[in-house]
Amino acid sequence: MEFEAVIGLEVHAQLSTGSKIFCACSAAFGAPPNENTCPVCTGMPGVLPVLNRRVVEFAVRTALATSCAVRKKSVFARKNYFYPDLPKAYQISQYELPLALAGHIDIELEGGAKRIGITRIHLEEDAGKLVHEGEFAGAQASLADLNRCSVPLMEIVSEPDMRTPEEAGEYLRRLRDILVYLEVCDGNMEEGSFRCDANVSVRPMGQKEFGTKAELKNMNSFRNVEKALEHEIRRQIERIEDGDKVVQETRLWDAAAGVTVPMRGKEEAHDYRYFPDPDLLPLIVEEAWVEELRQTIPELPGEKITRLTRTYGLSRYDAGLLSSSRALADFFEESLAVFGDNPKVTANECVHWKEAIAAGKISPETIAHAVEDREKGTISATASKKLVELAIETGRPIREIRDEKGLTQVSDTGALEETVSKVLAANPKEVESYRGGKAGLLSFFVGQVMKETRGKANPRIVQEVLKKTLG
Amino acid sequence: MHEWTLLSAARKVREKEISSRELTRAILDRIERHNPRINAYVTVLTEKAMKDALACDEALQKGRTLGPLHGVPVGLKDIFCTRGIRTTCGSRILHNFIPPYDATVTGKVLSSGAVLLGKQNMDEFAMGSSTETSHFGPARNPWALDRIPGGSSGGTAAAVAAGLCFAGVGTDTGGSIRQPASVCGVVGLKPTYGRVSRYGMIAFASSLDQGGPITRSVPDAAMILSVIAGHDRRDSTSVDLPVPDYLAATRESVKGLKVGLPREYFEGEGLDPGVRAAVEKTLAVLTSQGAQALEISLPHTRYALSAYYIIAPAEASSNLARYDGVRYGHRARCEGGLIEMMSRTRAEGFGAEVKRRVMIGTYALSAGYYEAYYGKAQKVRTLIRRDFEEAFSKVDVILTPTSPTPAFRIGERTGDPLTMYLSDIFTIPCNLAGIPGISVPCGMSREGLPIGAQLLGKHFREEDLFMAAAAIEREIPLPRVAPMGEA
Amino acid sequence: MAITREEVLHVARLARLALSDAEVDRLRDQLGGILDYIRQIDTLDTGDVVPTSHAVEMGTPFRDDSVRPFGGKEALLSNAPDREGDFFRVPRIIED
Repeated sequence: MEFEAVIGLEVHAQLSTGSKIFCACSAAFGAPPNENTCPVCTGMPGVLPVLNRRVVEFAVRTALATSCAVRKKSVFARKNYFYPDLPKAYQISQYELPLALAGHIDIELEGGAKRIGITRIHLEEDAGKLVHEGEFAGAQASLADLNRCSVPLMEIVSEPDMRTPEEAGEYLRRLRDILVYLEVCDGNMEEGSFRCDANVSVRPMGQKEFGTKAELKNMNSFRNVEKALEHEIRRQIERIEDGDKVVQETRLWDAAAGVTVPMRGKEEAHDYRYFPDPDLLPLIVEEAWVEELRQTIPELPGEKITRLTRTYGLSRYDAGLLSSSRALADFFEESLAVFGDNPKVTANECVHWKEAIAAGKISPETIAHAVEDREKGTISATASKKLVELAIETGRPIREIRDEKGLTQVSDTGALEETVSKVLAANPKEVESYRGGKAGLLSFFVGQVMKETRGKANPRIVQEVLKKTLG
Repeated sequence: MHEWTLLSAARKVREKEISSRELTRAILDRIERHNPRINAYVTVLTEKAMKDALACDEALQKGRTLGPLHGVPVGLKDIFCTRGIRTTCGSRILHNFIPPYDATVTGKVLSSGAVLLGKQNMDEFAMGSSTETSHFGPARNPWALDRIPGGSSGGTAAAVAAGLCFAGVGTDTGGSIRQPASVCGVVGLKPTYGRVSRYGMIAFASSLDQGGPITRSVPDAAMILSVIAGHDRRDSTSVDLPVPDYLAATRESVKGLKVGLPREYFEGEGLDPGVRAAVEKTLAVLTSQGAQALEISLPHTRYALSAYYIIAPAEASSNLARYDGVRYGHRARCEGGLIEMMSRTRAEGFGAEVKRRVMIGTYALSAGYYEAYYGKAQKVRTLIRRDFEEAFSKVDVILTPTSPTPAFRIGERTGDPLTMYLSDIFTIPCNLAGIPGISVPCGMSREGLPIGAQLLGKHFREEDLFMAAAAIEREIPLPRVAPMGEA
Repeated sequence: MAITREEVLHVARLARLALSDAEVDRLRDQLGGILDYIRQIDTLDTGDVVPTSHAVEMGTPFRDDSVRPFGGKEALLSNAPDREGDFFRVPRIIED
């Protein structure tokens, strides 16, 4: 029997605002324990939440960028449960009336494009962190650090539209890229600013009903998400083939062992007793504001890749590499504005130097000039690389360094003809051998010309001239 | 001097007829004498109050006043967080809690120049109608020490009625300012929901709680409201509307004022005949001054108590979940793991009434019951609001008794929770609708116990209440300080 | 309205309230009585009435995204019943 997997992903993205969602504490990562806290985010008696406008902005922009419908009115609800990293013993989230609904992300696969639906996007606050005293299971206590309490989170729930771990990986990467483009999240899975849980089930090919799903947690990289899904799909299929049923449960990915294991203990079925939070009034997002924010949506990765391939004839792969960062893609196009005759070469250069570009150590001109000079034969490929390195090091304009170091190569046919004649005259025996059929001697002549010109000749032109002269 | 009104005391201090220290000392002495019996105060700030009084006197010497209540000693219900000063909310679970922040109300009272005498006793987490659920023992009605002072702001009302402060600020979720004011013979106002900031006011039922004045006169209440009302950015439910001149309203005539009498509040056997008579007399006072009486109907009144006893406990069950022994307050000493620690902490820290309401609230919100209880109660709430909207299209204010009976005896209603809940039958609908309500003394029972009349007004029309209540006060003068018998 | 012992225990667990046997019985009685009273609202037809989920009719106000540190870490931690350095210390969760 053939099976197909049905995968849905739940992403929690930490929004990169300066302050938390409901109080003015810093939302920055990495502070000493309980440094970024106040009575509000530590749930002291009598405190009240006040909503950070920028959090809403970020969520609305995300909704627009994923073609979701933004609700004019959404409601914050309390999700009630007890845990030491949850100071109020409820998390302020959104339940029945979330901020945005019914969007999608288009992903590119080997076989073509696929549209993955987004069910909903909503806002909520993060919880703190529980550290266990001592490394071993016998530790008696846990230590609570509430810094992360109330850091703004955006939860993005996909439709169960993915069918393979690859699709899941692609969706995640594309979603992350969009969030990074919008500058709403720094998309770092390892640091926890971009988290993913998966719901996965299997069903016989052709069956309409979904199988029983398992929820997977604890995957801290895109690759781990793919591996966990691969493993779990196989596990579920094996169970069914063995005649067992798949149990609906939460399973944790154990990266070291390469397996998913059932989550023990904590998951007594939670009754969260959701109800609208009476301390916050409904979130009203006016249409005028949405339109204003729509103007701030930059060209998104998908659109950019398509446009770059069409306009500049780049491969999707190269366009994808350039689009991995908005800044890099912008740099590429700025560079083309200076010299745009060879987009493919410019693209390669940009990708090659991407770290330095990201660090702001090269200007678009530098690359443009490097490409132009090389294409026009003014400098050799080796010289080009060296010049860019020097430009990075010294920060000086590349042509200035080129002239100072005398790295221009001679491409003038006329000038080279002279040198070629000189070399050929000096090596009559080889000329005869070449004319007699030893084509390999051409590189000898090229070498000699290069020696004569102290490496400054354009080897390509030299070859041409030689061929012409030798006949 | 302990019988002076707040405004009178403030004037005398301002005009240097008496110093703040003298005044404060006098009240502190009274507290020392009478509080052991009345138990109006949980925490008395003897040293701090005298220090603050001194500072007030010194400022006055230099010609500076902080605000309208400069140098006058007042009290706050122990539900308002006071920075560096223990705030218990009447509960064991917060018996040692020292907030590092002031409630907005606290800040406003202190900025007005008042001197804080101490934190006043209350029903635990504001859940009660008699101040009998306080972890610190019941407070007593100064008019009859074997009787309840009402609740949950019973300590505040008792303190005002016993001359143990010139004014107090309480809170009202289902009548907890008005009912104690009524049974203690003083004035108590619950402002419109959103008029006074809830920041730092320990939450019971977030959509119903409001802080408000308890004072010995209507103009005093107007003064306190002017001080504490106003928009607060820290409270998202606080309304951004200008604060009118409430004091001026107390001088206006009630001529032409349309007063509604809801028939549902006067039917039923629970209403004491003495109370009924006093309220009827109150109506006569108003009409004799040119007000017009109209009979109205608030048809959904009898569902109000049920709706309230779903909504309030539901919100409370969530608001009180933070008391888990992790970050502050009481923590049980026990061997077990986390769940056991939390469960024991809350079992030890909460009294029986709080447990009852947390249980009801949790139940009402739990899976399978939400729609039938909470969902339905919210709909009933809409119907009650509509009743008032309809009524206020015909009248300006509504007159009712505040409490069905005068003060009952301590211990009389603690046997059956429902009997206790019925004490609030007239005050609860007002909280559900979010409208303002005031209780003003309007008579004495045959046993010499105070009776209060309640006036309900339109949203943000506290001026109408002050106007009518002031008229009643002028025409029905009653002693506002109980004869304590100088012990 | 009868509420069973199991329901009382279930709700107590949800609410993290340890109850003695006597309390369970007492609560069972009292809650039963209260729930009976409350269920009066069942008789009311609220068909298409919109629930009042918020006491004030307007949108929630916003604040600017500016950081204002509270600066009172010590004051916050000083109320802790059990503390280790700058952490709140709690008993481990025992797997059951």
